Formats: sequence, structure tokens, C-alpha cells
Amino acid sequence: MSTLKVDVRLYATLSKYSPAGGESRSFTMEVERGTTLAQLYEILRIPPGEIKQAFINGRRVEEDYVLQDKDEIGVFPPVAGG
Amino acid sequence: MAYIVRVNMTEGTVKFEEVPAKYRTLGGRALTSRIVYDEVPATCHPLGPNNKVVFAPGIVTGTSAPSSGRISVGGKSPLTGGIKEANAGTPAAQSLAKMGVKAIIVEGRPREKGQFFLLRLNKDGGSLEPAGDLVGLGLYDFARRVKERYGDVDFAVTGPAGERFLSMAGVCFNDKDDRPSRYAGRGGLGAVMGAKGLKGIVIDSSGAPGVQVADPDLFKAGQRKLVEALREHGVTKPGGTLNAYGTAALINVLNEAGGLPTRNFSAGRFEGAGKIAGETIAEIISRRKGQGATGHACHPGCIIQCSNIWARPDGSEHVSCLEYESVWALGANCGIDDIDAVAELIWICNDTGLDTIEAGVTLGVAMEAGLIKFGDAQGAINLLKECAKGTPLGYIIGHGAAFTGRAFGVTRVPAVKGQGMPAYEPRAVKGIGITYMTSTMGADHTAGYTIAPEILSVGGKADPLSPVGKAEMSRDFQATTAFIDSSGYCLFTTFALLDIPTGMEGMVETVNGVLGTAWTTEDVVRVGKDILKQERSFNEAAGLGKAHDRPPEFMRYEPLPPHNSVYDVPDEELDKVFGEM
Ligand code: SF4
Repeated sequence: MSTLKVDVRLYATLSKYSPAGGESRSFTMEVERGTTLAQLYEILRIPPGEIKQAFINGRRVEEDYVLQDKDEIGVFPPVAGG
Repeated sequence: MAYIVRVNMTEGTVKFEEVPAKYRTLGGRALTSRIVYDEVPATCHPLGPNNKVVFAPGIVTGTSAPSSGRISVGGKSPLTGGIKEANAGTPAAQSLAKMGVKAIIVEGRPREKGQFFLLRLNKDGGSLEPAGDLVGLGLYDFARRVKERYGDVDFAVTGPAGERFLSMAGVCFNDKDDRPSRYAGRGGLGAVMGAKGLKGIVIDSSGAPGVQVADPDLFKAGQRKLVEALREHGVTKPGGTLNAYGTAALINVLNEAGGLPTRNFSAGRFEGAGKIAGETIAEIISRRKGQGATGHACHPGCIIQCSNIWARPDGSEHVSCLEYESVWALGANCGIDDIDAVAELIWICNDTGLDTIEAGVTLGVAMEAGLIKFGDAQGAINLLKECAKGTPLGYIIGHGAAFTGRAFGVTRVPAVKGQGMPAYEPRAVKGIGITYMTSTMGADHTAGYTIAPEILSVGGKADPLSPVGKAEMSRDFQATTAFIDSSGYCLFTTFALLDIPTGMEGMVETVNGVLGTAWTTEDVVRVGKDILKQERSFNEAAGLGKAHDRPPEFMRYEPLPPHNSVYDVPDEELDKVFGEM
């Protein structure tokens, strides 16, 4: 098969782009093999200006990262605190 | 005219002194640390007559500079045995500054044991009056009583924990709606207040002349740049993440990064993180309606407004505020995912006068010891209540994580120089670990917040799991922070200042505007380093050296899931922070 499954979590102001809708920020989706993180954002229709960064499997990655099966992806707008 | 208020608790006197020339350009942390360095013998007992507790508003505090209502509290810490500065955002800071109070120095202790006094300050002077009837009260009752008796005043107070000299007692200030909720929490300075017999300070600023500004035009130009930067940056702008979700928006980020300390620092991820995260907190607050609110400010004039007010299911006010640190400490670190229970634990801390971070780390250690189970919210509530009751168990817990660990023979104690670690796992975020280990304050995240580049991609980007280059990074952050803590600005302004150079310029211009100095942005690190060096030399004289700049041993050999990394920053690297300063 040429598709793979990834878990996506859209945090804070990005949750409104979740296809699951409402308050559910976490969902699983199928993408084609070779899809990059930047392409995933396009599929989800998240305006690039709203995204600050993403962690995949606990590591911060850049947008050219090529998604792997079962990746756990957390996407964030600018967030801080202390 | 600015002046120093010197309060002698042995003599019962309150004197107003001229500000010595050497203190003229100092404020906030620079001033409290300098006075402690000049006047407190480093080897004194923190609870004895020779320690002092010093209060100092920041340089621009009390002016129209945005987010600048901060006050520093300094002394020798009963928790770390070293110098301590803890700071809070509160209208009390602005009131003192407007009255011209550059610092309050409290020295000595009452001749009669167990006596407590209230210091009252207004534009005409100051006096000490017996505070016997306020002793033993929870701080919510204290706040009510003060309002009834003195009307529209600000306060600084120590709670039942500080009256008992417990090392995790913080100094509590009022927020802008008079809640006892803004803490100079860390290091046990509430116990130093208690040991001085100083129950609290009540400040009536009516008729105060305001802060003298040496160069109003420069000040105004700087202020404009700073406001623009704060309104532009995604984190600090109105409707930005700090404003919309509060600091607890960090729960999910640290959890994703595998750096959210869970169940007494035994894992970097908490399965219940989603239930206590800032997003969830904001959702519940808006769903419950009633008296809950996000976007609350600790003092008038903050344009970031990062705080919140938590409401019970029926909409009535429960507690302010649910900060990242507090929610993590009393939540994830204790394995507790019930946010209403976490709110209740924070309420107990506010009422008893406890540092929420030390309280949560201590409960984690108590859970490790088997006193109660991880995740047992009711057990945690009962245990924390012991501190106000003054039971033997309350005395043990009340002295913090390191003391509790020793009492029960626990080896997994996340503390440096006796102070419990905040909400970032050093094994997953190497740079903040360097700050924890080498800070003059004991484990302290605010002392050099490398989380910004390591986790948040603010002020650059760095790989959290790599130790490379982190000594320099921590040193620069520690120095910049020492300056900011002296300026009177909230540390959260730096998220914008690190990314927007004109904002940083504006910050320095406002400081120059008030003082008449000519500092440049390059001077920020230099001035900050001077403050750190002085604090460090106090610590060395107190017996704290390189051997104390080390991680707790278990972090060297226990891998932390999910990254299964240990704390692999070499000792030489840790020594570089001050060695090359
Ligand atoms: S940003 Fe938050 S902590 Fe800082 S001054 Fe404003 S309300 Fe207080």
C-alpha cells in the first residue's frame, strides 16, 4: 500500500483546523507515502502563518520532514509561559 | 525623593534613610542582592537575628511602562542556605515605587518569642503595630480582615507556614482584586519574614508623589517601542497564547517534547496531560461561565495578562491562578489529572502561604516514599493541610522536597541546593538543567529560561536533547534575566524582546529614562553578570561551591522515558557557566 497512518494533535488556536471538529484535537489520518509535514499542513488547510512548530515522536522537526507510518505529530502555534 | 525604609524588629523602630549613592542605579533583584551581600553575614542562620529580608520594587515599577509591576524579595534562604531573590507581580510593587520606597530592609527579631507585628506604610511614614489577632489566620481571611480594617490598601504577608518558619513558605502579595495570590514563592523567604516576627506589610499609597523620571522623552520613546513589540509578538499580544490560554498552555508542549516531569520525575510524559492543559483550563472556564476568567492581570498596566481565575462547576470563584508551574507541580508531578483537585491544592497553598512548586515537588517525594499513592488527590489535599495544622508530619513536609526525602530515605529527590525542581525535565531539556544546577538560587527555571530556544523556538532554536553549547546559552540567559529582574519588568516580556530587537532597545531606554543612565542593549548582559557574580560570591562565602552545582545523582544513571536519556552534561561544562563569566 502506498498510504500510511499518522496521529495528529492540533494544539491551542490550531484546534479549529481539526477535521474531527469541536474540542477533539486528536485524530488519526491516512496520507500518501512521501508526504511531508508542510504538505500535511496544506491538506489540513492550516494557514502557514499560524504554525510555529511541530514535534514528531517527541522531537522537534522541520517542515520538510517526510512522514512515517504511526508518527505522532503535535502541532503548535506560538506558545510560551514559565 | 526616593528613600530606604529600615525596620528594626528588635528595637521596634521604622526609619527612613537616604539612598546611598552606590544603590542609586539599582532596583529589584540587583538591589536586594546587593543589600544582602553588603549587610547579611553569609554564614548566619537564615532564621536568626542576623539575616534580613529585603523588599525592592524594580527600576521602572510604578511608571506607565507595560507589565512592570514586579517586586523582588531577598535574603538568605532557609531552603538553599544561599542568597535568594524571589519576585512577584502585584500592585503592592507599584504602590511602594510611587511612594518613593526604593527598598524596605527588615532586620533583627522581636525580643519576646512568638510576637508578630504589622508594618504600616503611608505617605506620612511608617509604624509597627502588634498583629497578634492576624496570626494563625488563613490568608483569604487575612485579606478580608485587612480590607475591612484598612480599606483600599496593598499588602505583603506571610501565612501560617511562615509563622512556623517552614522552608517552603513564600511571601504573598495581593493581586489587583485583593486576592492573596501573587507569590514571591521560592526559597522560603516567608519563613524569614516569620522569624523576624513580621506578619505583613500594609501599604496605603494614597497621595503618593509617583516615580521620578530623569528623562521623560527617552522614557516615552522606549515605552512606545516596548508596547509595539509586546502587541506584535504571537505569544504576548492581546489574544496571543499567554493571554488566551495562560501559562499552562505549556503542559502540552512539554508533554509532546517528553520533558514534562511526571510522578516525581520518573517519566517525561503524563497520560493525563490533556486533562490539565491550558487549553482545557480555558475551555472549562468558558463553559462554566460565572466568575471564572482568562486573560487576568496580576497588576494594572500589564498588557500581556497571562493569568486566570478558576471557577467551581457552579460558577463560583475557586482560586487564582492556575499557572503552568502550579498545575504541573500539583498535577502531573503527583500523577493527579483532576483539575478541580489541582485547583483546591493551589487554594491550600495560597491560604497557607506555601510555594506551589516546592509543595508539588514535596508531595511527589512523599508519594515516592509511599506516604500516599501517586494520583491520590484526596490524600494530597489531606497531607498538604498538615502544614497549616502544625503537626509533626506537617513540619516535615513543610520543609520541602529535600528534607522530606531525607526523612523518609528517598533517593529520587529532584532538587538542587535543596530547592525542588520546576516543571522541565533536565534529562529531556539539557540547557534548563544547566540553569537549575548552576543558578545562584538553587533549581530555578526563571533564573535562565533556556526553554525559550530549546522548546518554544523563541529567541532562536536549539535541540533540547543536546548538551552542546548549552553552558554559554544558560550563562547569557542567566545574565539577561538578572537585568530584567532588576528592571521591574515581568520576565514574560522577554519572549517578545528576544525576537524583536526594537523591543529590547525600548526596554533599555525606559530604564535609562528613569535612571538617567546611558546603558545600551550590550550592557544588559554585562550588568546582569555583575549581579550574578555578587550573588555567587555570597554563596561561596556561605559554603556553596562547584560541588553544589550538580544534578541529583539519580539523573546521571536513571534513563528518562520516552527519550531514555540521562543527564549527560559533564561537570566541566557545568563549571564553565561561572568559570568563564
Ligand atoms: S504577564 Fe502575567 S505574570 Fe507577567 S505581569 Fe502580566 S499578568 Fe503578571
